[in-house]
Amino acid sequence: MRSVRRTSAALALAASVALAFPASAETVLRAVVHADLKNIDPIWTTAYITRNHGYMVYDTLFAVDAGFNVQPQMVDTWEVSDDGMIWTFRLRDGLAWHDGAPVTAADCVASIRRWGARDGMGQKLMDVTAALEALDDRSFRLTLTQPYGLVLESLSKASSNVLFIMPERHALTDPFEQVPEVIGSGPFVFVADEWVPGAKVVYVRNEAYVPRAEPPSWGAGGKVAKVDRVEWLYVPDTATAMNALLAGEIDYFELPPHDLLPIMEASPDVTVKRLDPVGVQGHIRLNHLYPPFDHPKAREAMLWLVEQPRFLRAVVGNEEHWRPCPAYFGCGSPYETDAGAEALMAFDPGRAQALLEEAGYDGRPVVLMQPTDVAILSGAALMLAGVLRDAGVNVELQAMDWSTLTSRRALDAPPEENGWHIFPTWFIGMDVVHPLASVVTSGGCRERAWFGWPCDPVMEELREAFAFENDPGQRFARAEAVQQQAFALVPYVNFGEWFNPVAFRSDLEGILESPIPLFWNIAKR
Amino acid sequence: MTGFLLQRLLATIPVMAVVAVVVFLLLHLGPGDPAAVIAGDYATPEDIERIRDRLGLNEPLHVQFLTWIGQVLTGDLGISIFSNLPVAQLIAQRVEPTLALSLGTLLVTVVVAVPLGVAAAWRAGAWLDRCLMGGAALAFAVPVFVIGYILIYVFAIKLSWLPVQGYRPLADGAGPFLRHLVLPVVALSFVFIALIARVTRASVLEVLGEDYIRTARAKGVTTFRLLRRHALRPALVPVVTVIGIAFALLVGGVVVTESVFNIPGLGRLTVDSVLRRDYPVIQGLILVFSAAYVITNLVVDLLYSVLDPRIRG
Repeated sequence: MRSVRRTSAALALAASVALAFPASAETVLRAVVHADLKNIDPIWTTAYITRNHGYMVYDTLFAVDAGFNVQPQMVDTWEVSDDGMIWTFRLRDGLAWHDGAPVTAADCVASIRRWGARDGMGQKLMDVTAALEALDDRSFRLTLTQPYGLVLESLSKASSNVLFIMPERHALTDPFEQVPEVIGSGPFVFVADEWVPGAKVVYVRNEAYVPRAEPPSWGAGGKVAKVDRVEWLYVPDTATAMNALLAGEIDYFELPPHDLLPIMEASPDVTVKRLDPVGVQGHIRLNHLYPPFDHPKAREAMLWLVEQPRFLRAVVGNEEHWRPCPAYFGCGSPYETDAGAEALMAFDPGRAQALLEEAGYDGRPVVLMQPTDVAILSGAALMLAGVLRDAGVNVELQAMDWSTLTSRRALDAPPEENGWHIFPTWFIGMDVVHPLASVVTSGGCRERAWFGWPCDPVMEELREAFAFENDPGQRFARAEAVQQQAFALVPYVNFGEWFNPVAFRSDLEGILESPIPLFWNIAKR
Repeated sequence: MTGFLLQRLLATIPVMAVVAVVVFLLLHLGPGDPAAVIAGDYATPEDIERIRDRLGLNEPLHVQFLTWIGQVLTGDLGISIFSNLPVAQLIAQRVEPTLALSLGTLLVTVVVAVPLGVAAAWRAGAWLDRCLMGGAALAFAVPVFVIGYILIYVFAIKLSWLPVQGYRPLADGAGPFLRHLVLPVVALSFVFIALIARVTRASVLEVLGEDYIRTARAKGVTTFRLLRRHALRPALVPVVTVIGIAFALLVGGVVVTESVFNIPGLGRLTVDSVLRRDYPVIQGLILVFSAAYVITNLVVDLLYSVLDPRIRG
């Protein structure tokens, strides 16, 4: 009887072990990503996690490489008419949807139209589009109403909203509604049955994907999936994610907080590395509709008041991970310049106080929104409250969660009626990389400007001039002019740039440097 | 008994209705806008308005309520604003981890806390009682996340006996299921063991002062038999009440433990949904929690009548 019991117990154990570990030697990359994938349509939402999901499953017509150059991705060849008005694109061989159907030019046309209805650069491109049509299964043509300098820059936009190509039947979905399912043509296939929102997303290698021959560089080049399966895990507690990485339960931790980095750096099994060369830009957003920041001198005062190193040291810490930056379009970007940045790079609270007085600041409460659930921004709000109070500003610090802030910031009501004066936020470098990508520099008033609603026709003219500048050599000067105007308008105050290093198990190789986390080319030793 | 059950079940309907109305109003009248969250950082006010329109959030409040309640009455909890998945599916995905954690914690709690409480009552005032109640006070005082991190450091990082985080469903095998459950259950049990041990001690102490206990002692009943047969059963009525409350709390309120051990349970789903204002999911969850509370109360009431037949009368 005892031996029967023992045998039964052994069989039960063997069965449970067999169920726990699949028989095949599948390589699985487990990554803790920065957020929960809440939705799957990267055109419907601008959330970065959905953009990253888009890069896994969809492909793009063009992509930006590490030199900020536009490279073809799904496109094989393209031609531009001499007058710059007609653009003809031909798709490369071997493109197929995850359901096996071939990718056609009609899919691309529908995808461009849907993206063009939602994305700022896409809308601009559509404004100058006379016709967009498929010529045959693999070619399509874009006809413009006037020469436009940013056609390829728009089609290759690297961050939200990225022009991901979807099957025509999905791309015909109302751009304000989500696509019903994920069928892409990218290097990984989304496994819908295993998606647990708030916990796990699963992708498997797209065996049919034909990568380009060029070496990978950011979103461009050959996308070779070197693991069979990628699991994105959402672990809300960063200490737990760190412990899981140290114990080898996960392979990749996308956004470890800066204060935990020294612990991971001390482990021989873990590598901590900066993969994003562009970084993140910190913003202090001002409401131009109401006093005191409706007055240019009050906005200029903010430039004299913000000392970038002081802010960055407080909210990021270790100097290895941040840098002061005078450029509205990011340091290290093609349009980096310090034109007009004298006030930002100086620190003179006395002058700021004098400017506030000249602006007629009368001691009324200034509503500062503090998003307490976003650590860096919460810290920046506290820093800001301190420097404003030192300058004699009566600060009303209002604590709230980020979700509440996102709805409050959209209210253009007076601050005393549930509106606001000022709040901290951030944008990744790729989102502010040039005057047109950077919607936050717009002076388009209530109709077109970002929250805070700066209103400046000169700024809009300068941004237009940048967009329509066909000579790449002249574009830098155009961008510089926009930056100088931005320092006069002050749509926001840049409180510096920081980097979010990635931590991963040292047995991973081939991790690409990129402003976007990319999972192709990664192999497990 | 059937009449009693039926009466209690019918009484749950107005409770659920009130909960539904209150939750709906609290959510929709509170700050926050899912359309703004969905639209993201680059949205214009027009974009947000269009999304609100598509989601039906611009409809009058009573229309939104009637639409939702109409769905609920047909057994449809709606569709998540964010994931576009049925709320019932999202909740169903999270039920197993939460039930596993809750039932595991209750099991460990009852097995450990009741004997400790009885032992403390039996030796009231002696060193055993003082030690146990001192330990209970400590377990109350230490936050569950601290206990969790200590357990992770010792048993997962240093000794590598158990995993740091995650949940494996029972379908993956009993071994992985239990291995992933041990640390969170132990971490979560501390506070409940402390609570139930104290309640058990107080209740047993009270019963030990009764005349019939003195009579039993005088008749020469052994201490073990006295405690087990004569004192514990009547003393369990308040303990069962607390266990019922503990279970209800565990089902909906273990978000810290779920976060520390990365268990995809209902608590985390609730917090995530609240943070992004996913109204249909929050509403569905609150209804499920209300139902869990009501059913737990019902079970507790039934247990009262089993433990003490006088209550049935």
